[in-house]
Amino acid sequence: MNPSPHASELAEGYAPRNYLNSPATGLASWLDTRDHKRIGVMFLVATTIALMLGGIFALIIRVELLTPGPTVVDAMTYNRLFTLHGVVMIFLFMIPAIPSGFGNFLLPLMLGAKDVAFPRLNLLSFYLYLAGAAVALYGMVHGGADTGWTFYTPYSTTTVTKVVPILLGAFILGFSSILTGLNFIVTTHTMRAPGLTWGRLPLFVWSIYATSVIQILATPVLGMTLLLVAVERAFGWGIFDPARGGDPVLFQHFFWFYSHPAVYIMVLPAMAVISEVVCAFSRKNIFGYKAVAYSSLGIAFVGFFTWGHHLFTSGQSPLTGGVFGILSMFVGIFTAIKVFNWTATLYRGSISFRTPFAYFVGFLFFLVFGGMTGIALATMSLDVHWHDTYFVVAHFHFIMVGATMMAFLAALHYWLPKISGRMYPEGWGLVAAVMVVLGFNFTFIPQFLLGNEGMPRRYYAYPERFWPLNVASTAGASVLAIGLFIVLVYVLVALKWGPIAGPNPWRSRGFEWDTPSPPPPENYETTPVYTHGPHEYDEHAPGVPAGVPPSPEPRHV
Amino acid sequence: MNDLLRRILFLPPQASEYARQVDALHYFVILTTMVGAAGVFAAALYFFVRYRRRSDSDVTPHVAPRFVHELLFVGGPLALFVLWFAIGYPQYVRLSLPPKDAMDVYVQGKQWMWKFAYPGGPNAIDTLRVPAGRPVRLLITSRDVIHSFFVPALRVKQDALPGRYTQTWFTADRPGRYEIFCTEYCGLSHSSMLGQLVVMPPAEFDQWIAEQRRGLEVAQDSTPRPGERVLPASSLVDEGRRVAAEQGCLKCHSVDGTRHVGPTWSDLYGRDERLATGKTVQADEAYLTKSMMDPAADVVAGYQNVMPTYQGRLSPPEAAAIVEFIKSLRTSALGAGPSEPPAYESVPARK
Repeated sequence: MNPSPHASELAEGYAPRNYLNSPATGLASWLDTRDHKRIGVMFLVATTIALMLGGIFALIIRVELLTPGPTVVDAMTYNRLFTLHGVVMIFLFMIPAIPSGFGNFLLPLMLGAKDVAFPRLNLLSFYLYLAGAAVALYGMVHGGADTGWTFYTPYSTTTVTKVVPILLGAFILGFSSILTGLNFIVTTHTMRAPGLTWGRLPLFVWSIYATSVIQILATPVLGMTLLLVAVERAFGWGIFDPARGGDPVLFQHFFWFYSHPAVYIMVLPAMAVISEVVCAFSRKNIFGYKAVAYSSLGIAFVGFFTWGHHLFTSGQSPLTGGVFGILSMFVGIFTAIKVFNWTATLYRGSISFRTPFAYFVGFLFFLVFGGMTGIALATMSLDVHWHDTYFVVAHFHFIMVGATMMAFLAALHYWLPKISGRMYPEGWGLVAAVMVVLGFNFTFIPQFLLGNEGMPRRYYAYPERFWPLNVASTAGASVLAIGLFIVLVYVLVALKWGPIAGPNPWRSRGFEWDTPSPPPPENYETTPVYTHGPHEYDEHAPGVPAGVPPSPEPRHV
Repeated sequence: MNDLLRRILFLPPQASEYARQVDALHYFVILTTMVGAAGVFAAALYFFVRYRRRSDSDVTPHVAPRFVHELLFVGGPLALFVLWFAIGYPQYVRLSLPPKDAMDVYVQGKQWMWKFAYPGGPNAIDTLRVPAGRPVRLLITSRDVIHSFFVPALRVKQDALPGRYTQTWFTADRPGRYEIFCTEYCGLSHSSMLGQLVVMPPAEFDQWIAEQRRGLEVAQDSTPRPGERVLPASSLVDEGRRVAAEQGCLKCHSVDGTRHVGPTWSDLYGRDERLATGKTVQADEAYLTKSMMDPAADVVAGYQNVMPTYQGRLSPPEAAAIVEFIKSLRTSALGAGPSEPPAYESVPARK
């Protein structure tokens, strides 16, 4: 620990001129910035606030379920709470957190670029995020929808609660997501530094690229669908309402055409982070670079053809169901390729069990069991029993939240020195990691069993035989919440008083570490020239790449 | 073994052979998952210890996979997944193919109760009585929003959709009382939309339903007092005949095989209809309901698209009653093999 923050500013290893203090430090300079790093940090702050909000909703839900009958809120409030929990966690935290937060910060750094291709558009997507969040929050405060985050018709078109503001909020958030995806795709294609061929791209970039493809192809469908629901509510058009000639199942097809790929918008960035972390902390090249890179694209592609597995009990034909079941399993194959390659990367490595690596272990656990339960759900006849029960709730929390949150925390610890130039306390980091991983398991393993037992999801009250497992789940959620709170506290402390980390505390060979920490506004003083791939740790591996003089002015200065 | 695993996994009692088969797959899936995951985690654990960092200046060799590694990474899980699917898919298909001698019960979900109607009576709210050992087919619909009919003990679930019928079936073989849940979120009292499945010994069930129907007959035959509104008959077939006449269905559809503006209802149920588009469709409950709600969708070959939609004019129970009336107009034996060609083609006039 460095006792004096002011002295440490000048200490060796803390870049004196960095994106945090130049060109200016005032609030206005942040709100009007074009710097991808500042926009990334603003996204991280905003999504962390969303995570806390969604977490508070989750805790109230868990407390409510502590007893079989009413506990702390009434049924209407409960129904609103689980809707808001889903909307906030999915649209405000999980979809933007890693791509828009860490992705924004890291993608240009990893490409040896000065910024993303369209810096103004990048700032716009942050403001669209704020606007969407504001509209959705307005809807939550004034009425609050009670439809669940899935907005199934005809319930969502007939309920008395205010669904439209939340739909519009999600609609606006979709534009933020699309613009970020567009920006990343163009950046990856056009702004790679000399020598950075596609075969040398960091795996983080491959996965974020695959995510961006989903974002720009699938999100418009969600936007249109939500608009149709809003139109049906506002003008009484019978698009999904059978009483007016519409088709309620059509909504489910439209909705899941986006929302199933959206799962991969959440999980692929998590895989992006993990591919970097596993290499850095085992000091090893990734075992199968091409397999890991291409499997990201494979997940993005196949993810578009699996939506029907949400409709196994909706009365679709068995043949259609079977095709969707098989296609869903392909996602499992691509995920298995990654799991095996990450594990094989450890072979003959030099493994350092720091906090980010602890989260990698948690991630691997949640991904394997979340993924395998997903394949089990694609095994048709089992889905009929599990569909819309707590088994599904536990499954998607394992794969979406477990995996994404582990990766988010791994990224936060791994790149905190890069972002802030300061180090988090390692001891507290490990303590919190253990609490988070165990707490998460104690929350959701009972929910798998509740689903087996037959407890349907979105139940305000439940028969008494479900009681013990619900108590266990709530207890686990408390441990998880305390773990996350510890992380929040020590990260905030570290941002101000943490010891100076130096440019590359992990001695990582990831490209983003070739520049000082925190990075200067233009990222690299000289444009790096790459002659090798990322994460080469053998004795022949070259050091920091040679640079050529930068060509034009950085766009955001 | 079955009972032990069932208890470990917190699975509810198994009230049918189907439930036991699904659970067998469940055990297989869980056990193979555990073995596979244990393999991955054991390897990871071994690497954590064996390759822990010894010095900060460790240099590691460059390790690249051979093609056979990636092949194993794909082939291993693929083989396992396909095996699971090969067991689970036939079970799922079987669930969509009710036997022809199944007893029909109409199920209607509405906020927030379940209504059960037996063709020929009676009706019941929230309690579904079925005989043990006999196949029961449920024809499920909803009056308002989407619900989902779920009996954990049978491992059976089917969504109830407004404006159309879905079906599922089971043969419960253990008499007893089992829970029915609604598993599709349907509003304020979703979690209290509970029902009960009562599986009765067959003889007891026969006696029960006979008593119920006798009661209905007594009620129907008694002379109404002056001013008392005569309740419609509770037999779905009678109800269907009444509704079909009221709604003018019979102005275009004959019930005796005569060709008219629309296809005859005689022997319609279960028939393979050739459509104007050249496709062939079986006239089951789903087709019949769809033809009432969206008649332009599947016009039978040789007929004009002139029928108006009955969407919003027929309530789900009325549509069910008409379907049941059409089903009663079968002249051939119940479920006798493949369906015959349309009567109005082979037999131009009266049958």
